[in-house]
Amino acid sequence: MALFAAIMVVLGLFPLIELPLVPAPVTAQTLGVMLAGSIVGARRGSLAILVFVVMVAVGLPVLPGGRGGLGVILGPTGGFILAYPVGALVVGLLTERLWRRYNLGWALLCNAVGGALVIYLIGIPYMAVAAGLPLDKAVLGSVVFLPGDLVKTVIGSLAAVAVRKSYPMIEVPRDRA
Amino acid sequence: MLSLHHEARTPVHAVPAGLKLLVLFVVGTGSFFVRSIPVLGGALVAVAGCYALARIPWRMAVRQWLVVLPFVAVIFVVQGLLVDWGSAVLVAERIVVLVALAALVTLTTRTAAMVAAVERLLGPLRRLGVRPERVGLVVAMTIRFVPVLKEQADQVRAAQRARGVEYSARFLTPLLVKTLRLADGLGEALEARGVDEDDSRL
Repeated sequence: MALFAAIMVVLGLFPLIELPLVPAPVTAQTLGVMLAGSIVGARRGSLAILVFVVMVAVGLPVLPGGRGGLGVILGPTGGFILAYPVGALVVGLLTERLWRRYNLGWALLCNAVGGALVIYLIGIPYMAVAAGLPLDKAVLGSVVFLPGDLVKTVIGSLAAVAVRKSYPMIEVPRDRA
Repeated sequence: MLSLHHEARTPVHAVPAGLKLLVLFVVGTGSFFVRSIPVLGGALVAVAGCYALARIPWRMAVRQWLVVLPFVAVIFVVQGLLVDWGSAVLVAERIVVLVALAALVTLTTRTAAMVAAVERLLGPLRRLGVRPERVGLVVAMTIRFVPVLKEQADQVRAAQRARGVEYSARFLTPLLVKTLRLADGLGEALEARGVDEDDSRL
């Protein structure tokens, strides 16, 4: 089982190859967050996404539209990007816990919580502070992400369930029932 | 894939990456406590001066800012209507200062220097089992993998097209499985070259 670094690398990449047709704020990158967590698990998944965030921070143009750099992270939407690794971690933890009875329903739940909810919980207050907006207005402004996140959750969950069948990466702890 | 770095020899470029990050951090934190339009305006002028000093071409600078400008405009209007125009100016100034300064750091610092600074910053995480010195390797590998993944995606698409599927929702699964296989192989290759399992964990 010597593929930790490699998995991280490759999954750190997923965010940037997915569907580049969507406009900047509604990125397909949270799909990468969900996939990382639900396919390689909490630890490796969140590290993979962390590497991606480091790449953004050091100025590589890996965000949609060739953006990147510290400016994006310190800008009003930076909290969403900083939330990615946490999201992957949560998706991974939930997925690992439910691994034995994992199915599409559970996958949808894991991905919606970690890949969308957690990211909102971090990104929206960050935006409220960075932009000096009242929290409720920031929440309102983020409603535009909802339809996209629903679609991404469904796509990500379908893929996660299919990959679990054909190429499972998460190991079930043997001692735990 | 190109870095966003702009190569030149200016005093701004010569500042060490760690110090730039420190300045950015101080300004970033400080700007949240300053509630004075002239002070933030002065900061704005100072940042503009740094751009001039670093001799950043206009187009590059604008490209970095374009991302946030629509945001700033929206926030400015919303803030003005909801609170008052004074604080709208304040918030807009703060965001522009922060983003412009951060973009300047990115533009004037080599990716390698930045990675080195990040490795130092991650030093304390060593106790948690993180190996900061792996960050550079992993970032390099990730960059190398972008075209490889693109190729894999093209292959999957071509294979599906050959079977008469023009567009399929089942595109992601074979791509993921192919990628995981590739990662397996890469892991073995790393191990064969002496990067042991423990090392490859980052």
